[in-house]
Parts: sequence; structure tokens; C-alpha cells
Amino acid sequence: MKFSKTLVLVLSLSLMLVSFAYAGKDLDAVRAKGFLQAGANGSVFGFGMPDAKGVWKGLDVDTARAMAAAIFGDASKVKFTPLTAQQRFTALQSGEIDVLTRNATRTLSRETQLGLNFVAVNYYDGQGFLIAKKLGVKSAKELDGATVCVLPGTTTEQNAADFFRTNKMAWKPVVIENTSELAKTFFAGRCDVLTSDASQLAGTRAIAPNPTDYMILPEIISKEPLAPAVRHGDDQFRDIIDFSVLAMINAEELGITSKNVDEMLKSKNPVIQRFLGVSAGNGKALGLDEKWAYNIIKQVGNYGEVFERNVGVNTKLGLERGLNALWTNGGLMYSPPFK
Amino acid sequence: MSTATKAKRERLKPPITNVGVIGWLKTNLFNTWYNSLLTVLILAMLGWLIPPLIRWAFIDSLWNSSAQACRDIDGACWSIIPHNIKFIFLGFFPSGQEWRPILAMILLLGLVIYSKDLSRWKKSLAWMWLVNIIVMGTLMYGGIFGLPVVETSQWSGLPLTLTLSFFGMVVAYPFGVLLALGRRSKMPAIKTMSVVYIEMIRGVPLISLLFMSSVMFPLFLPEGVTIDKVLRALVAIILFTAAYIAEVVRGGLQAMPRGQYEAADSLGLNYNQTMRLIILPQALKIVIPPTVGILLSAFKDTSLVVIIALYDVLKTTMVTLSNPNWTGYSTEAYIFLAILYFIFCYAMSSYSRKLEKDLHTGH
Repeated sequence: MKFSKTLVLVLSLSLMLVSFAYAGKDLDAVRAKGFLQAGANGSVFGFGMPDAKGVWKGLDVDTARAMAAAIFGDASKVKFTPLTAQQRFTALQSGEIDVLTRNATRTLSRETQLGLNFVAVNYYDGQGFLIAKKLGVKSAKELDGATVCVLPGTTTEQNAADFFRTNKMAWKPVVIENTSELAKTFFAGRCDVLTSDASQLAGTRAIAPNPTDYMILPEIISKEPLAPAVRHGDDQFRDIIDFSVLAMINAEELGITSKNVDEMLKSKNPVIQRFLGVSAGNGKALGLDEKWAYNIIKQVGNYGEVFERNVGVNTKLGLERGLNALWTNGGLMYSPPFK
Repeated sequence: MSTATKAKRERLKPPITNVGVIGWLKTNLFNTWYNSLLTVLILAMLGWLIPPLIRWAFIDSLWNSSAQACRDIDGACWSIIPHNIKFIFLGFFPSGQEWRPILAMILLLGLVIYSKDLSRWKKSLAWMWLVNIIVMGTLMYGGIFGLPVVETSQWSGLPLTLTLSFFGMVVAYPFGVLLALGRRSKMPAIKTMSVVYIEMIRGVPLISLLFMSSVMFPLFLPEGVTIDKVLRALVAIILFTAAYIAEVVRGGLQAMPRGQYEAADSLGLNYNQTMRLIILPQALKIVIPPTVGILLSAFKDTSLVVIIALYDVLKTTMVTLSNPNWTGYSTEAYIFLAILYFIFCYAMSSYSRKLEKDLHTGH
């Protein structure tokens, strides 16, 4: 009998760790549990990574905080699950997370076969090349016969192979599993050129023993629109996630920042009044509090602020806005009207 | 006996080349021409390697500086460890609550050290362990006595490594013994099940089990039901380690002479009593060395949970290295980790040697 008592104890203890969260719609489920569960990268500096105190930092992380601010009026009501590249879509499909904010590229097959809905892009990336200036190469087209440092498994390796094949050039890949080891190998001169997403290249260059010895080649060989994603099935939830990202972009366009948002409440401009919920309508349409956009901007900031704080020129990554500038400044960031 | 011979028996010292340091050197390092050559070569290599290593690790190194200061030196930048110590050891554990996992780890290690002595293996010790585990669980998870809840997803760093390896080993061991007995059982159903289980688990790498538990398993669950990620990884580690322990224990069971079984039978002991009183105590003792080998590799294998994004102490170190401030100092960080793992593994293996000696009852 002693044995069965232990068994019951063990079983009931393990059942405590199994959580049953039956719910119909995703939004209701999120509201019921009182926080948003977001999938994050966990090891990409500037996009999604804990700092030395274990606090999550990054562009993707702040995007998820904006969503929580929209839904709950409180940007801190979000929990992050670090996910690997292999796990991320399963975690979303199985309901382990509510939203994926983990630098995932929007593609056709992911939208259809994986049953995901990507929302507004929060970072336009693309693959490029980093090279030592002393090699005298000015264009990626001159890389015939180069040894190339590349991370395995991701689309990066595939893109590089495609690029060299279409341009009928020979290449020798040097495949290294870990980003920091990859950079070390490159700086030690074991390969001529390092290929990765442009956002990563800038960061890699910044940690070089002598950054001015290296340059990023002008060619960008792939399109990587990185966007948050939700699963199929709850359109209202999808809209909220989508417009949470767009609200940050729209706020930048309207010149609303976390600092001046309170003054902007008094603005006579009807567009700003509608956006901040001074004149009602948007909130009701999304099924949110009328203050939802105000909460995002007040607590997280507009897109420009979030960009500069996490990856901008004054951070270690030192990225220019480039494609991620507003459309009015020659970039691709464009928000539909909030009306 | 003549006096002449007596006088000759003066005690002669052995030639200086045969005793002391020189003698030892001559018999061990310079006894043949190729040994002499090897000795000289190895000495030259050490002389070439050691001074720069010491220079790098101790003389030119910085121990507690900013990342910026490290850029200007050639030596090791150990500062990466003190600057990130909180994240490397405790990961996501909320700040202000750090004392909880630290206390839990001290309790665990304290009780492990207390249990070292065989004379303390009594019933009271089992109760102490039970209480200790409940206290540790409470400390880690919280939820009562005003401690805020810390979900298992925030358990990371060293506490996670210790949780996974400790519970992995403690649960896998009895499970493995049962499997070994099952495989030697005369009941066909039990025997087949044990054989299939052991061979199936041993036929796949631990990584695939972890992948199954984290990527495939959730898809089979009904919508909305999720099982704790740490628990899933723990179960995978237990299943894996148990299969290996089973085979080691089976080796011990087979090493028992037939006479032991027959002696037990002639005393009228039933199967349970035979196993519990005669066979297992001897068999398990024989297989201490290989069992410890398995437990050591199980301990180190817990670092594979990196691939399912659990932040054990290896992953927290890797994340620290992703920070551009510290990216260049992976050598220092990995050396630190190697020392950490070595301490735990060496403690385990030296304890097993002590246990072997204490349990030695042979003639």
C-alpha cells in the first residue's frame, strides 16, 4: 500500500504541472489568463535577448510589449518563451505561445502550410556580406572562389548557395554553428567573407578588433521581411496584433513620442484625436479600450524610439534606418490610416 | 668467519645514478634513447606552451573590469564572469528573489554532503530528503508564505542544470533497476516490454528524444493543453538514462554466480526477498564504476537541453556571449564552465570510489 501512496503523490504532483487551458478564441484565452505569452528568440542582441539581469530587451520584445499594452493597458503583462528556430512554429501551432515575435521571415509556405498569419513587418532585413577591406573587393560579384563563413541550417546558407550558383562563381563554405564563434573565425582570417542578415553584420563589424578594417558589401541577396505571427482562427486577435505594430509606425509618422503623447492628447488635429482615442471609434472597432494606442506609445514608444533604443546608431549594433525608415523618408515603413 | 671478511662488509652506498631523483629520472625518463628523446621533446613543448598560457591567463589578464578595458589587452578577460554572474548562474529568476534558488542549491548540496556517510543511511535520512525536496520546491516555485510564484519557465542557469540532473538520476536509477530485472524476468510479456523499451531508447540519441518531447509531443496533446517544458525535458532525460542504467545493472545481475540464486532458493526466499536481500545488494555493488560513468554522462548530457531553448548554465553563458560587449571572450567563459562541470563530475567520481571502498566486503 505504501507504494501506491507514493504513486498517487507523484501523479498528483505531476498533474499540478499540467495546465489545462481550454478556450475557444485566442483573444478570450489571453484575456482569461491575464497575460500575453510571446515566443522570443533569446539570443539575438537587439531583437530578443535577456540582459545581464535577466530582463528581456530588444525590438521584437518591445513589439510584444506593445501588444500587451494594447490588450491590457499594461506593457508588462507579457511573458516570453525563448524558442529555437525549429521550435518556434510548433510552439505557436500547439498553443504554447499566443504570438510569435522572433525575427521570423514571412513566406508563402509559412502562411499556408503552417497555418500562420503574419502581421505588419517590424523589421525589413536582407542577407549581405562582410569583408576585410584589404582584399580590395568592392562588389559581391567579385567573390569568385571565396571561402565564406556561414551559419548552418538557416535560410542563410541556402541563399548564399543560390547566389553563388546564379552568378556562376565557386565558393567554399566554412560552416560554424555559433554566431560568436563564427565572428571569431572570420576575424582570425579563416574565411574571406562572412555572410548573414544585414542586421547581424553591422553588429559583427562593431565587435571587430578594428572595425574600420571591415566593410559591408552593397549587395543584399535576399528579402527577409521579419514580422510577428499568430495562428489561424481568431481574426479579431490577429487584427489587434497587426494594429499594435502599425500603431507604433503611425505614431512616428504623426510625430507622437512617449515623451509628448500627453500633450498630443490636447491636439486639435482630428487624425491624432482619432489615433489616441480622444475621439472614440478605433478602440471599439478592435474590441479594445479607446486608450489602446495611447498606452502603446506612452509605455513602449513609437517605432522610431523602439528602433533607436534597441538597434539604432547609438547602440552596439549601430544600424541605420535604411529600409526601416518611414515611407516619407525613403523607407518601407507605412501604416494604413487609423480611421 | 674471519675478521678480514667482516672488515670488507662495509656498507657501500649504491651508485648515485641509481637512487634519489637522479635514479628515478634515469630509470623512468632516460632509460632508453627513445624515451630520452621523448622526454626532451615533451619538456621543450611544455616550455613553449606553459609560459604564454600563464601570461595569457594570469599576467596580462583582467579580472573585474569593463568590457571596454578588455579590448586593449592581449590576455584573458575574466571580467566576463563577474559582470554576468547573475545571469549565468540564475538566468531569468526575478531579481530580488535570488536568495531562493541560492538557498535551494545550498540545501541540496548540503544534504548530498551530509548523506555521504554510510552510517547516516537510516530511515530518518529518507524523511530528511523528502522534507528537503519539498522545501526546495517551495523555494523555487513559491506561491505560499508570501513568496511570489516563479514559473518553471523562469528556472534557469545552475538551478535548472542541477534540477534536471539530480531528479534525472534519482528517478532513472530505480527505474533502470526495474527494467534490468524485467529484462531477466521469466514472464514473456514483461521481458519483451523491457527489451523493446531498452533497445528502442538506446537506439536513438538523446537529442532526438528531447526534440520529440519539445516539438512533436505538444502536437499530439488536445488543443489548449500544455505540459510544462522543464517537465517534458526531465522525462526525456529520465527515460534515456534509465535504459542505459538498466543494461549496466543487467551486467551486474549476470555476474552473480548461480550458487547465490540457489542458496537463496534453498533458504526458501521468494523472488522479492532473493532480489532485495541477496542478489541486488551484491550486483549493484559490482556495477558502481559503470553506473557512475552513466550518471556522469547524464549530468553532462543535461546541457543538450540547449537545443530546446531551456536556459541551463551552458545556455545562459552562450546568451551572455551573444551580447556584443562580450562576444569575443568565449574562451574565458567556456573555461569557466569547464571548471564548473569538472568540480561536479570530480566530486561524483571521487565519492563513488569512496563508496566502493566502504561497501567492500570481499575477502
